[in-house]
Amino acid sequence: MFDLDLWREIFQSINMNRTRSLLSGFTVAFAILLFTILFGIANGLQNTFAEAFIDDATNSIFIQSGKTTKAHKGLQAGRRINFKNEDFDFVKEEFGNKVEFITARIYRNVQASFRNEQSSYTLRAVHPDHQFLEKTMIRDGRYINQSDIQNRTKVVVIGRLVEEDLFIKTTALGKYINLSGIQYKVVGVFTDDGGDNEERLIYMPVSTAQHLYGNNDYIDQINLTYNPEMDYDEALSFGNLITKKMKDRFSVAKSDQRAIRVRNMAEGTKAVGQMTFGLSVIILVIGFGTLIAGIVGVSNIMIFIVKERTKEIGIRKALGASPRSIVSIILIESILITAIAGYVGLLIGVGVLELVEPILKVYFIKDPGVSNSLVIGATITLITAGAIAGYLPAKKASKIKPIVALRND
Amino acid sequence: MLKINQLHKSYPIGDSSLHVLKGIDLKVEEGEMVAIMGSSGSGKSTLLNIIGMLDEADSGDYILDGLPIKDLTEKKAAVYRNKFLGFIFQSFNLINYKNALENVALPLYYQGMKRKERQEMAMFHLEKVGLSDWAKHLPKELSGGQNQRVAIARALAANPKLLLADEPTGALDTKTSHEIMAFIQQLNDEGKTILMVTHEEDIAGMCKRIVRLRDGVIMEDKKVEQVRAEQYV
Repeated sequence: MFDLDLWREIFQSINMNRTRSLLSGFTVAFAILLFTILFGIANGLQNTFAEAFIDDATNSIFIQSGKTTKAHKGLQAGRRINFKNEDFDFVKEEFGNKVEFITARIYRNVQASFRNEQSSYTLRAVHPDHQFLEKTMIRDGRYINQSDIQNRTKVVVIGRLVEEDLFIKTTALGKYINLSGIQYKVVGVFTDDGGDNEERLIYMPVSTAQHLYGNNDYIDQINLTYNPEMDYDEALSFGNLITKKMKDRFSVAKSDQRAIRVRNMAEGTKAVGQMTFGLSVIILVIGFGTLIAGIVGVSNIMIFIVKERTKEIGIRKALGASPRSIVSIILIESILITAIAGYVGLLIGVGVLELVEPILKVYFIKDPGVSNSLVIGATITLITAGAIAGYLPAKKASKIKPIVALRND
Repeated sequence: MLKINQLHKSYPIGDSSLHVLKGIDLKVEEGEMVAIMGSSGSGKSTLLNIIGMLDEADSGDYILDGLPIKDLTEKKAAVYRNKFLGFIFQSFNLINYKNALENVALPLYYQGMKRKERQEMAMFHLEKVGLSDWAKHLPKELSGGQNQRVAIARALAANPKLLLADEPTGALDTKTSHEIMAFIQQLNDEGKTILMVTHEEDIAGMCKRIVRLRDGVIMEDKKVEQVRAEQYV
């Protein structure tokens, strides 16, 4: 039910007691403003962390080879271990559905040129699955596919910055690029969140590279991601299992740290997870802290307002105001002020965050911001708390004997 | 109209208590104009506040217009105050952020009267106290006498059966006091029952009956020849 007269009373009271209304509004606006800014900055910090680790799949395992450091099973130390295609197939078959994506990798440094432009880049020869491991995003064309592998086609997928460097006045897609003397067709251009270096890479089918550079079936590295349903402990033991199987396969001593190296991202993932958790806790503490400060502020104001209005309450009661009308006039007025002030604080806070965003970027705070639902939730909490905090003094005031209230000068 | 039997009231002061009213018996008929007199601390204001339902008695009976006033809920007391009683205070007790018209209309608001209707009614009463030109002025823009007249208009607005005045001239100079008294006498002539607390003999002399209190009991209760206030104005 909408009582126009009640609202008229309330607006008159707010309008005629501007100092009081402004002061109480200021407290609330300030609390919400602080809440928005602190929360926004904390969120920005978290964004930075998330971004720093999100580039590559977090469930990756990298398998690399090196020279043995220990003699084992009659084989001398210093033996060089080289992975071959058959080792790649072995891993793929041995671990079956525990593996999500798997790719081989061969590194080469190449001199790339298009027309008069040339520069040197790192080349990675890979399987199609590599796209998902690196979270490579195709902007134009396509990635390496299975038929490229089978047919050893001379195609490459180049990074956004490679195109920018070499293809000055044209686009790269469909053109031929010269890599150390051999022409390759550019079938795709990609972008990557991992930074400039990641966008200065050139991808090629692994079979093509093996055929053209050395005509062998060597592989530098095997990368895979494990089934994301594995939990942390399962992932760790899976990494250990791979290590053991590979060492057995190449007759490497268990204690040999160099010959077969398995890097499991699960270990890092846990550290990042803990860091993010720590940040979340800090954010929560900040949020609750400011909110509690705001609630205390609102409660104080409510007590002050009721005190200030005691005489008015006495007059109203003498004229026949019911206790309920006293409570509602005080409560609605304060809720109204709190809601409006909270909204103003939110607007200012968001505005400030927008304004300082470029400055904060330097301090590793990316996209500081708060979700609307969060801030609206905070405002509602503040209003509710203010209402509860105000209800008690308002209720008490409504119960004061009018004569006591009237004597209050 | 009003009947009080063996009314007692005491206030706690620290650990002990102060017995303010020690068994008051009082009967007021319709159309009377009664002055309650006494030195400060005699209990006259307390008596008026109990009659005005602003305060509660500890024991004793109080019957107002046939209704026993006892153990009222806050809500009921509010309704009774609004319906039966009009208050005039020494310090006017107007709401400082409301103009004269809004102050007068407030009791009507609590009666649930519609806005337009209550503004007309409030204007009518303001005219009656001769302040229709000042309807849009705030209390701070009015003189003491004008404020008291606004307060009287407010007390009259709800058309109460009983008008209670607590030192209505206490904050006013002699001339203004007489103006206000002349006005109150006029209301009494029109049939309103009036009960007022005062400690000024000449003001009391303008009523029709004087009740003297001392130390919480009625010392004297006599009818007097009313002195008309108009002659001083």
